Amino acid sequence: MKKIALSSLAAALLATPALADAVGGAVQQQATNWHAIIMFVIFVALTLGITKWAASQTKSAAQFYSAGGGITGTQNGLAIAGDYMSAASFLGISGIVFGSGYDGLIYSVGWLVGWPIILFLIAERLRNLGKYTFADVASFRLEQSPIRKMAAISTLAVVAFYLIAQMVGAGKLIQLLFGLPYGYAVIIVGLLMIIYVTFGGMVATTWVQIIKAIMLLGGATLMALMVLVKFNFSPEALFQAAVNVHPKAGAIMGPGSLVTDPVSAISLGLALMFGTAGLPHILMRFFTVSDAKQARKSVFYATGFIGYFYILTFIIGFGAIALLMNDASFYKTATDATTGAVTYDKIKDLLGGTNMPAIHLSRAVLGDMFLGFISAVAFATILAVVAGLTLAGASAVSHDLYASVFAKGSVNEAKEIRISKIAAVVIGIIAIGLGYVFENINVAFMVGLAFAVAASTNFPILVMSTFWKGMTTKGAVIGGILGLISSVGLTILSPGVWEAVLLHEKGSAPFPYANPALFSMALAFLGIWIGSMIDSSKRGQIDKAGFDDQYVRSETGIGAAGAVSH
Amino acid sequence: MDSNLSSRIRQNPAFQELVRKRTSFAWLLSALMLLIYFGFILLVAFNKPFLATPLGAGVTTVGIPIGVAVIISAFVLTGIYVKRANSEFDELTDKIKKDAVK
Repeated sequence: MKKIALSSLAAALLATPALADAVGGAVQQQATNWHAIIMFVIFVALTLGITKWAASQTKSAAQFYSAGGGITGTQNGLAIAGDYMSAASFLGISGIVFGSGYDGLIYSVGWLVGWPIILFLIAERLRNLGKYTFADVASFRLEQSPIRKMAAISTLAVVAFYLIAQMVGAGKLIQLLFGLPYGYAVIIVGLLMIIYVTFGGMVATTWVQIIKAIMLLGGATLMALMVLVKFNFSPEALFQAAVNVHPKAGAIMGPGSLVTDPVSAISLGLALMFGTAGLPHILMRFFTVSDAKQARKSVFYATGFIGYFYILTFIIGFGAIALLMNDASFYKTATDATTGAVTYDKIKDLLGGTNMPAIHLSRAVLGDMFLGFISAVAFATILAVVAGLTLAGASAVSHDLYASVFAKGSVNEAKEIRISKIAAVVIGIIAIGLGYVFENINVAFMVGLAFAVAASTNFPILVMSTFWKGMTTKGAVIGGILGLISSVGLTILSPGVWEAVLLHEKGSAPFPYANPALFSMALAFLGIWIGSMIDSSKRGQIDKAGFDDQYVRSETGIGAAGAVSH
Repeated sequence: MDSNLSSRIRQNPAFQELVRKRTSFAWLLSALMLLIYFGFILLVAFNKPFLATPLGAGVTTVGIPIGVAVIISAFVLTGIYVKRANSEFDELTDKIKKDAVK
């Protein structure tokens, strides 16, 4: 998403940013990588085994949606990290570091700083008020039907945008990492996410995310260690070696072209910070722990894991510069016909493209088996993210739309779970279809859109309903709709879509900034405020009157849905 | 919960103390995080040469420890919040819960 933001940036970065969230651009299919495929099959077998076990545990709605609240804070911290750290952040950020050095660090910081905000303002109150979805919280004292419809629409929008990015990213990665065709990835990922979610619900999803997080953190740690060992654990020696071989030399040690336009940078920063706090699949994770204390602990661990991971990607990126750039075997080379000299562009000619530094580095430091492992981890990483997304989407359909809006709360649990499973299958099939349709689209903006919508719709409603007594149903709906329409609309009118996707003339985008969040968030909050202030309806009185009781519960947890026994 | 219980809790001085302290602490830390992050981004936007200044004789620049410090600050701020919440806020919450069932 940043990349969208960054679409106005210098050419050097243009190739890389596209990949950062989902691998974008054209890729060439590589030779079949059996090590990677075998290790990936082992991972899949393991996760399917867990799903089978999880299925035997998943009898109730509480189990299906929230793992019965039986996940510990530490486990949930890992699962959140597993849900959030994408293949794109692993390959994309190390790729940006490889191409531009320091810019990769600036880029990664934005993805972390939303977590403390979630802890301070959201996590505990969410746990105290909600049961299965964030709409439980948003609609706590408001009229159920309109708020849940609103929440379900924005949840499905966020899930759809994010899923497309992940599916297309998976398709690109399978060609690069396994040497298999695009379509295989879309079908494999689609089928596995359906299986995890329909059979294993939140229990399976959680464990897939935990295992992925451990593998990714373990693999990245080992790789960073192997790099540091080569430089006697001296960062200075590593940086020096990188500066010596990088075509941009000393420039990689300072900011490059990543932040040129402060308004875009701030707008993007807001989308990242507050979008994280509005992602439905992330918010849902807080219902899997027993109480507010565990919710708090989850964010603390998640922030630590994610921050640590970004520091590792920085070391990996610099290690890749130092260890790969002078080795022609990692490059597509050209031989000069007359002199016989072998030449290559140290950034652009890397085999497989600019996302590949981390992958090649794994072979450089530990050989083919490790290359296979890292490739398998990078691909497996997508499964954990899409499983969380699918579950969030399915829950919005069954718990918010079906149970609360259509059935008005009178529905039996078994039927609600069945609807959720059907929804998961449908979402999976749609995702496979979208994956095919969007194969050649630049999906970068999809992730930006997902964050912008989350920051401009879910976050304002959530935060205002828990902190501001004056918010009414009418205000929430007006603000939510304004946030949703403006975030989607302004994204379409921004250079990243208007020029890069819709192919209008360069510089012709009606909305000049890379990300709409600064404006769409302001509109959403304004809409909520004005909509609530002018609301003199009877319902508005009930909404406000409900705040005091809600406040007691959100602050103390008294009356909160406790851990349900397994 | 019934409104009697709810209004009794709201009148409990421990509840008022909890809400006052925790809310102001949470907003203070949020403001700090925003300040640190957007401060960093504005520094990148307006003073790139400063971040690119070498530290001493080597190639490591001022920007490296600053960037890493922003990452660590996010973790430290969550740690500070959790520490206070685990002791002070949880004790107040327990007291409120005990008072509520009296």
